[in-house]
Amino acid sequence: MKKKVTLTNPSQESRRFSRRIWLLGISLLTLILILALRLAYLQIFRHERYITLAQKNQLAIVPITPSRGLIYDRNGILLAENIPVTSLELIPDKIDDIDLTIQELKKIIAIDDDELEQFNKLLGQRRSFDSIPIKVKLSKEEEAAFYINQYLFPGVTIQAHLIRHYLFGEALSPVLGYVGRINQQELAQVAPSNYSPTDYIGKVGIEKYYEPILHGTAGYEQVEIDASGRAVRTLKRVPAIAGQNLYLTIDSKLQQVAIDTLAENRGAMVAIQPGTGQVLALVSNPSYDSNVFVKGISSKDFKKLRESPDQPLYNRALRGQYPPASTIKPFIALQGLATETVTPEDQIFDPGWFKLPNSTHLYRDWKKTGHGWVDLSDAIIQSCDTYFYNLAYEMGITEINTILAKFGFGSKTGIDMGEELGGVLPSPAWKKRYRGTAWYPGDTLITSIGQGFMVATPLQLAHAVATLAMKGEGHKPYLLLKAKPINAKAVYYQPIPLKSIELPADTWHLVLNAMQEVIENPRGTGHIRFGAKPKYTVAAKTGTAQLFSIKQNERIASQDILPERLRDHSVFIAFAPVEDPKIALAVIAENSTFAPAIARKILDFYLLNKDENNTRTSQYKNS
Amino acid sequence: MKITPVLHNTRIHNPHGFRLSLWEKMHLDLPLLLGLVLLIGLGMLILYSAGGKSLMFLSQQAMRLSLAAGIMIGLAQIPPQSYRTWAPWLYTVGVVLLIAVLVLGVIGKGAQRWLNLGLFRFQPSELLKLALPMLLAWYFSDRPLPPKLTQIALATIFILIPAALVAKQPDLGTAILIAGAGFCVLLLAGISWRLLLGLIATIIAIAPLSWHFLKEYQRQRVLTFLDPERDPLGSGYHIIQSKIAIGSGGLFGKGWLQGTQSHLNFLPEHATDFIFAVCGEEFGLMGGIVLLSIYAFIIIRGLQIAIRAQDTFSRLLAGSLALSFFLYIFINIGMVSGLLPVVGVPLPLVSYGGTSMVTLMASFGILMSIQTHRRLVAS
Repeated sequence: MKKKVTLTNPSQESRRFSRRIWLLGISLLTLILILALRLAYLQIFRHERYITLAQKNQLAIVPITPSRGLIYDRNGILLAENIPVTSLELIPDKIDDIDLTIQELKKIIAIDDDELEQFNKLLGQRRSFDSIPIKVKLSKEEEAAFYINQYLFPGVTIQAHLIRHYLFGEALSPVLGYVGRINQQELAQVAPSNYSPTDYIGKVGIEKYYEPILHGTAGYEQVEIDASGRAVRTLKRVPAIAGQNLYLTIDSKLQQVAIDTLAENRGAMVAIQPGTGQVLALVSNPSYDSNVFVKGISSKDFKKLRESPDQPLYNRALRGQYPPASTIKPFIALQGLATETVTPEDQIFDPGWFKLPNSTHLYRDWKKTGHGWVDLSDAIIQSCDTYFYNLAYEMGITEINTILAKFGFGSKTGIDMGEELGGVLPSPAWKKRYRGTAWYPGDTLITSIGQGFMVATPLQLAHAVATLAMKGEGHKPYLLLKAKPINAKAVYYQPIPLKSIELPADTWHLVLNAMQEVIENPRGTGHIRFGAKPKYTVAAKTGTAQLFSIKQNERIASQDILPERLRDHSVFIAFAPVEDPKIALAVIAENSTFAPAIARKILDFYLLNKDENNTRTSQYKNS
Repeated sequence: MKITPVLHNTRIHNPHGFRLSLWEKMHLDLPLLLGLVLLIGLGMLILYSAGGKSLMFLSQQAMRLSLAAGIMIGLAQIPPQSYRTWAPWLYTVGVVLLIAVLVLGVIGKGAQRWLNLGLFRFQPSELLKLALPMLLAWYFSDRPLPPKLTQIALATIFILIPAALVAKQPDLGTAILIAGAGFCVLLLAGISWRLLLGLIATIIAIAPLSWHFLKEYQRQRVLTFLDPERDPLGSGYHIIQSKIAIGSGGLFGKGWLQGTQSHLNFLPEHATDFIFAVCGEEFGLMGGIVLLSIYAFIIIRGLQIAIRAQDTFSRLLAGSLALSFFLYIFINIGMVSGLLPVVGVPLPLVSYGGTSMVTLMASFGILMSIQTHRRLVAS
């Protein structure tokens, strides 16, 4: 390198400097142009995409759950309401590690395994951006504990909801059923837009049957949300339309009395207003508390309910198929008279058994020594089996079926609850089909005393006796008295008359009179069991449904020696007052003899204590 | 006739009796002033929207601006030669303060950028944004240019000391701006292109190594810049929302105060570092181009002042100040529009916030001083 004396050359320096400035200036402008091009790319070429994203950011459709219709009884007493509760909910999409979050949550709010299980079940069913409850019905303390720590739990919120509350719990669950969280299958059957995923749906009972009018119509809000998801402004609001309030035909006080009276007895009771078919009470005992299903029952608790030998989940009133036993005798008697197979004056001698011609088999009467000479009235009053064996033998199964079918046996009553069973009205064709064997004359005899293949539900029995009380003018049993839309007049549901059963007046009179004698006549089967003479007239028929087959020549001296669950069922049908029937009922007490006594208390309450209902109810509740 | 001393004169040296305008007498540069007024006007408009239509927000910004404008006017009265004299002292004081801040930060167990002077908090790093180019301009002013390799090496050390100290705070954005300002002086001093390329190559080679020295959040930012969708609700959130804001603005924007991204808080830091996205959303591409044009106008005027400056110190300082102003804009808008990784650099004179605004206005004061203290000679 040559040694050079460097001299400051201002003009040369200045020129170099200017050159650099120019160069840099041009570079800067180029870079600024690049920024402008970048903006143009974002704002022109990608504009459509970003405007969509911006709108997606800011708009949310928030469904408004309609308030579910309330349920009242016939007197306007509230049975099912909606109460506000708060629940702790998680939105999976907004949570990185759900397990960890739950672990942390557990430190401030007790979450038990049942709740966790319920949550995991819902987690599998719901969409990941849905809010999924992990704990329902938070206490004030739990709410406070969460709010203090909320910042630690993104994606976890406390939500306020209305949930169903049943004021009568176990007493009305056989009628009302319950609502529960809607599941995928149910969601597929309803209009999805009307059911936001957190909605409840009627699962059983009235809640299920009248779901379409109880639910109402969902509304929605289109809201502008900010970055934290908070609604800032409502752009559009379509209000929800509340479900209709239902008024049932049920008399809740009667219902309460009935379940209290059944008390320790397994069984069922159905009471119907004979002139209309309105169901006054429909009881199945033991029962369950509808409220436990609303919150979401744990599989452990559910298993306990399901596997209980008392079968609390089993709606005996609608689905229990019991042998009607001797309670069907009045109906058969009607046909005997109608077909002139017998006359009121015809008597037979009952030695305590009946024998078919050319057979040695003895069909025994319940009274070992026999009833002696009995006519039709006596046969009903004393429930003489031999008389009805003879009548059945002479009249034949077809005539028996004709009259029983007319009173609704063997087919569903069509009550406005989805779950009922139709019982069995056996016939040669039925036996051929379901048992694969021929009909024997003996089958006819057994059917005539309501045993053998014949089974009926308590509802069917109550319906039949109500029709009997009205001398053949039956009505379809129903539960919905009126429905009241939120801003309109209530719609009354009218009784639906069934085809009337035409019989001569004196035929009705004879049979109904005999049924009255069942109670009033000292020899009547209900005379003692129904108790002291009531202040009203009552027509009734007792029945004892055998569960345990005994050998041909034996008769068990006392039911007491049998294990409890093999003992006979006690069946009782009645209506009162006889001259102007206001109530008809059927009671079944499983493995017990108390059906008449139970019926008595229910009838007394309904007919005598209407004015003192309040005190009576509380008294029953306390007992 | 007595010869007037050329240097250290607070008035414009005007031996030929040129007519001076009022502005020039006040040592203010009209084009620069005009550009700043336009910029601040538009900035206030954007800030009013970004700040949620809060007048208090706006008045705080206005108060800061008046203070900064006062400083600008004050600094414009001081002749460049004074700056030249002060340069080494300013630099030394600045570096000492940086170290002090760092030591206090260590004691206080946390990031510390400020010195609390009781009445207000002072960021030594801001001082360095001016002191470093001044020092380098002073260093090269009485040496023959282009600089020799040793001189360049020394200058690089002058640059690296404050840049490293600020990066350690950690404030990567400011460190880049300080280093950038110093680098601009080297560039203007006439560093040879070959050396320049060598330096750039070295930086590129060192870049992967520097990964090791980055804080975790800084690494996240770089990773996020490379792929914003990687963590859309975490570190990628800023840039995604910012692009949505700009992109959804379209050609003419959604209209003033109509931006949904900022008003509904989807866009984070929309009044400070990400305020350009508000402009893009509400005024569209047109608004962006207007803003960029105003910036370009100010930068060009700054470069013009540099070209017209009559001594090396003034030239280098003016050029460097104009270039660092550009750096602010390029880094900020590049970051907001997703061209560059997220570093904490505000949009000059538009973003809400104090310290950088004072520094920027101070640099315009110095530019005005350089422009208005020239010796006027007949061409």
